Formats: sequence, structure tokens, C-alpha cells
Amino acid sequence: MSASIIIFYLIAAMILIGGLLAVTATRIFRSAVYLLFSLLGTAGLYFFLDYEFIAAVQIIVYVGGIVVLIIFSIFLTQGSGTSLKQPKFLRMALAAIAATAGCALSVSFINNHSFSGANDKPALSPSVGEIGAQLLSTSQHGYILPFEVVSMLLLAAMIGCIVIAIKDKEPAANGNQN
Amino acid sequence: MKPILVISFSSLASQFDAWLKGMVSNSLAILATEMVVTGVCLLVFLVLLCFFLGYMERKVAGFIEIRLGPNRVGPKGSLQIVADTVKLLFKEGITPSSSDKFLFHLAPVIVVTAAMLSVAPIAFAKNFQVWDINIGVLYVSSVSSMAVIGILMAGYSSYNKYSLLGAMRSGAQIVSYELSVGLSLISIVILSGSLSLSDIVKSQETGWWLIRGHIPVIISFVIFLIASTAEINRAPFDLTEAEQELTGGYHTEYSGMKFAMFLLAEYINLFVVSAIAATIFLGGWMPLHFGSWQAFNSVMDWIPSSLWFFGKTFFIIFLIMQFRWTFPRLRIDQLLNLEWKYLLPISMVNTILVTVMAIMGWHF
Repeated sequence: MSASIIIFYLIAAMILIGGLLAVTATRIFRSAVYLLFSLLGTAGLYFFLDYEFIAAVQIIVYVGGIVVLIIFSIFLTQGSGTSLKQPKFLRMALAAIAATAGCALSVSFINNHSFSGANDKPALSPSVGEIGAQLLSTSQHGYILPFEVVSMLLLAAMIGCIVIAIKDKEPAANGNQN
Repeated sequence: MKPILVISFSSLASQFDAWLKGMVSNSLAILATEMVVTGVCLLVFLVLLCFFLGYMERKVAGFIEIRLGPNRVGPKGSLQIVADTVKLLFKEGITPSSSDKFLFHLAPVIVVTAAMLSVAPIAFAKNFQVWDINIGVLYVSSVSSMAVIGILMAGYSSYNKYSLLGAMRSGAQIVSYELSVGLSLISIVILSGSLSLSDIVKSQETGWWLIRGHIPVIISFVIFLIASTAEINRAPFDLTEAEQELTGGYHTEYSGMKFAMFLLAEYINLFVVSAIAATIFLGGWMPLHFGSWQAFNSVMDWIPSSLWFFGKTFFIIFLIMQFRWTFPRLRIDQLLNLEWKYLLPISMVNTILVTVMAIMGWHF
């Protein structure tokens, strides 16, 4: 067994165990922490594949962004420290069926796909410059339109956040007078 | 002119590599040995560095407050920090009874791991780098964003209102100041055209970016110093552990070695931030070069590259330590105003300025 296989199985175990514990933990903050390990394992997998840029983006977006957001929401939730009660049997059964079906679908796709050799060159060079050029390219396989649409969506979301968070000065002044 | 020393860090490393390849034939064993040796060297270096930084901080504090600083243990008080570490080792490690024990023990580990991971791509001397990753700048900023989770975890699992408040403040602070740090780093990435730290150092062969990039780069250097001081929770931005208001912030409940881990992480982060600033703006191990002044450049090459790197890094560490002992602490609303109303708009405009400068070729 070569070193890369050992490393692969270690990373895979980290992702799977993290994911399982995130679902089964009864304390919600712990779930978030286990999810963190699962996402970190995914970043490790990208590093393992030499896709460093995607790995770093995975850490920035998911670990530094999403998990922090989840943790903040947990902080603001009442009674987040108490253990959750066990879900109903029907719900557990349905969830198990959905998970098994999804898993079976993925396995069948992977089985039908013929993987080319590991020595083949990747279709795209994963360097930052290539990714940037591809994102802003207007040629046939360029991503300029999705990129701009996502930018507009993010801008709208940011403006929405500011509108919600903006302080209403009038009522505050009245409150002080009273 | 050759450097003053025949032995350099890179030649030591390659000699060790050659010696190991002569001794062992199994490539897996060589890889494993080199990883372990690198890890142990880094750990020893970082711990010794933290001892030194702890001593330096007290001496700088003394210097600024016109007093002596530590002066009893060892010559000029230099062993004071060893005595403090021994004291921390012997302290009782208390775990609050209603805390979430698993997370309580995990939090300092995550904070220290995040700090240590970000040391990997730093070039300590010419051709002497643990991991020459091609996205070095992005890697450092992504890994250091993990520390905030450790802090939030510490604050939550302590089951203490002060800890939770400190952690909340810290989360808001780190997440907001990360933006300015990132934007000020991007200005140099635009100029040098690479995210790799070794490429950025090589691009400064004809002069450091701070000198070559004139006003926009000086602005982003100042923003980087302010924002990164806030990101590593050092005074005047140490609201997360403001003693007067929060007793100790997120590490109120920690004692003994677990508290020392937070301290260790703080000093490693201080070093990483200063090393990144030295690499990005002041040329890292690159000696002071001026364009085509051949004689001057070769005289500067005479000084070993590691001395250049550590000289610049400690200059910036000294600057950040001076901030701590000269400025009063900000209030939380002032802190967030400073970032969102001043630093972020300024650094956004500055990024555009730098881009225009890079396109027009206005830098030297």
C-alpha cells in the first residue's frame, strides 16, 4: 500500500465520520463542529488532488464563512445548549430511505463511468490565472454570464442586508425622550 | 559578491536530503523522515520564538513606559518567560463542570493548529521554505480564518456569559477585518502577478514593493498593519479579552497549559502576520536592491538572506508591539465603524488605484 492510498483513506474516513457525527449528534453546536471536520476533509481531498486553489477557496468559503455563520445562528438561538430530542421513527426511516436512494444513484453512476488513467493530463490547468481567464471568458465555454448573474445576486443580497440592518433614527430618538 | 556565510539554510537542507538518500533507499521512509524532521524543527523554532516574543513584548512595554521590564530571572531578565512557562505547567487545569468538555478541550487545539498551519508557505531564507505552494497568499488567509472557529468554540463551550460575549465580539471583529487584510494583500498580488510567496519575493529583485509601488502600496501597507493587528486580536483591538469589561473574554475559563496554548497561538499569529507583511511589502529574504545600482546591490547581497528576513519581520513585530503599548483600546462600535466606514472603502478604492497603476506601468 503506497503513501497516497493511506492518505486518501485517512481523508475519506475524516469526511465520512465527520458527516455521520454531524447528523447524529444531539447537541447542535457539536453538529456544527463535526460538519467543520467534514468540510476540512473535503479541502484536504482537493489538496491531495493538487487543486490548491479550490482547496483554499473551500476553506475560505465553507470553513471561514458558512460554518462561522452557522455558529453565529446557533449562538443567537434560544436553548441551543440543551440536547435535541430523538426524532420520530417515521422521520428517521424516511431520511434513511432518501439517503440510501441518493447513495445508490451515485454508486450506479460511478460504476457506469469509465475512468481514464491517472496519468492523463487534466482537462484544464488548475492554476489561478487559467481559472480567472475562464471565468471572464466570452468564448463558447466561458463563464462570463453565470459570473455576472451571481454578482448581481450577491449585490442584491448585500443591499437587502444593509436595508434590513440600517438603523431607523426616528423611533430611537423618540425612545430616548420617553 | 558572495554572501558572507558559506553555509546557508537551503544548502543545509539539501545536504541533509542528500545524506538521507544515501542512508535510506525506501522513498516512503525518506518522505516520512523528512516530514517528521521538518515538523519537529518548526515546532522547536516556533516555541523558542514564542519565548523570545514574550520576553520582547515585556521589554518593549518597559521601554515605552520608561521602566526596566523583567530584570530578575537570568541575565537582564531573559529567563523570566521560562519561569512563567514552568508556572503555567504546574497550574491546575480547571474545567467548568457544566461546560461542553469535548469542545472545551478541542478549542485551544484548533486555534494553535490554525496558527501553525499558516507558517508553512513562509520563505525564511533564499530557497528555504517548507511548502512552496502556488497560492501562498490565499492559503495563509484561508487557514488563518479557521482560528475564529476555535475562539467561538472556546467561548461557547466555557458556559460563561463573559466568554460568550468575548467570542461574539471576536467573531464579528475577525470576519470584518479579514476583508481589509485580503484587499491589501491583493494590491501586491496585482502588481506581482502571482499568489505564490516565492514568486512575490522574486518579483522584488529590483526593489521592494513598498518603495516601487509608492503611494497606493504605502496605503495598503498601513491598512494591512491596522487590519491584521485587529485580526490577531492584539491591543488596541483586543476587545475579545478586554479585562475591564469581560474579565478575560473567550479564555476566561481556561487555565494552565490550555491557556498557554492560546498565548502560543497569539504569538505565532503575530509572527505570521509580520512575516507576511515583510514578505509582501518589504521583499522577504530579498536584500535591499535599487534597480540597476550594481555595486550597491552586490554589497547588499553580502548580508545573508535569513538575516534580511528576520530583520524585516522583527521590525514589523516591533511596530505592532508599539501599537499595543501606545494606543487606547477601541469601543466595539468604533471598531466596526473603523473597518466598515473607513478601512474597507479606502482599500477598495486603493485596489482600483493599484490596478490602474499596474496597467499603466506607473510603478518603478
